[in-house]
Amino acid sequence: MQNIFSLKTICLLFLLVSSISFAQDEPQKMHLEEIAPEVEGKQSVKEEIKEYINHHLLDSHDFGLYSYVNDAGEHKYVGFPLPVILWDNGLQVFSSSKLHHGESVAEVNGNYYKLYHGKIYKTDAEGTIHYDEHHHATNVKPFDLSITKNVFTIFLVGLLIFFMFRRMAKSYQKGAIPKGMGRLLEPIVLYIRDDIAIPNIGKKHYKRYMSFLLTVFFFIWIINLLGLTPLGVNVTNNIAVTLALALLTYLITTFTANKNYWGHIFWMPGVPWPMKIILAPIELLGTFIKPFSLLIRLYANITAGHIVLMSIIGLMFIFKNWLGSSLSFGLAFVLALLELLVAALQAYIFTMLSALYFGSAVEEHHHGDEHH
Amino acid sequence: MTIPNIVGAGLIVIGAGLGIGRIGGQAMEAIARQPEASGKIQTAMLIAAALIEGIGFAALFAA
Repeated sequence: MQNIFSLKTICLLFLLVSSISFAQDEPQKMHLEEIAPEVEGKQSVKEEIKEYINHHLLDSHDFGLYSYVNDAGEHKYVGFPLPVILWDNGLQVFSSSKLHHGESVAEVNGNYYKLYHGKIYKTDAEGTIHYDEHHHATNVKPFDLSITKNVFTIFLVGLLIFFMFRRMAKSYQKGAIPKGMGRLLEPIVLYIRDDIAIPNIGKKHYKRYMSFLLTVFFFIWIINLLGLTPLGVNVTNNIAVTLALALLTYLITTFTANKNYWGHIFWMPGVPWPMKIILAPIELLGTFIKPFSLLIRLYANITAGHIVLMSIIGLMFIFKNWLGSSLSFGLAFVLALLELLVAALQAYIFTMLSALYFGSAVEEHHHGDEHH
Repeated sequence: MTIPNIVGAGLIVIGAGLGIGRIGGQAMEAIARQPEASGKIQTAMLIAAALIEGIGFAALFAA
């Protein structure tokens, strides 16, 4: 009962948050049109849309849903602050609300910090930022361990997946037929086992990798889907996140590989010996390129999807007439449906290719190789 | 973005598009020949398309 309750609470919370941001979308749009009077022309809207997209693609120190300028010309931000953790001669922990979105200086234990272009710099009491000739800030950057928006979302998704699978496991205790969450997840889990893991890794070894494959599939899938909600989270747009995922695949491949795998890399059987020497560095490089392509593919696909989707939504504010706006609305709608597919497809591809690499790492020696 | 970059990006997109299009077309043909193997063909098609896409994106980043 407890679990059902907690899950319903989470679902409700999600719906509530997304509906709030939906409802609040209206004033934001109106504001966009307001600050683009005919005198300023189209340039300012374009600039603002560009800035908004760039801002969306970056990680931030607070969980902002949206921001607007009120009648008095003040910037108002709606969202909640997240903890900032800095390593600067000892641990400095404070709330990101102290940074005021870079508008003022935060004073913590006698140190001054200022947010500038999404990065925290150490400054003097007035918050002066020094620049070099390329207009890059030269202030000291303390080591940033903050719970940023991305980190917060990763925690949230981890918790969500934990509750989902806890429910699934619980439903099997009552009988072999799953109920509720189990009924939803069982076909997906079976699909990953029967159509991804077993054909690629083999019946003998697949069990060792199932936990990783399932985790990575559901993690990427749910986080991609969250990126399509009006919450505005974008975790797989962050190359560090995809790097960590690909690194896990690489490490697992490397540390579970058998003699046969390394033999195929350093001393390829069945080819003349001068070829073996040429092939060894190529194959070694290949082991790095495989996870690298994994990380680039996920990152680039999701980033490209977000940029295109937001640009097309932005077109509505540029056209500002019936025909153009309805056209871009239809396009955005179709594209959003496509992004739903891409969210699942990228999770599938990542899992599939990981399974393929694991399969090559544990492949048994073929006795036919010597006769080739 | 300079002009060579844009031309390069266009060339990459043409190449990747041709490659993925060919994979898709061949897969359609294969499914038409052997509809019972469509699941396996689809899987192989997706993997091949993903590999080309990965190279395409890597090249786009370089451009």
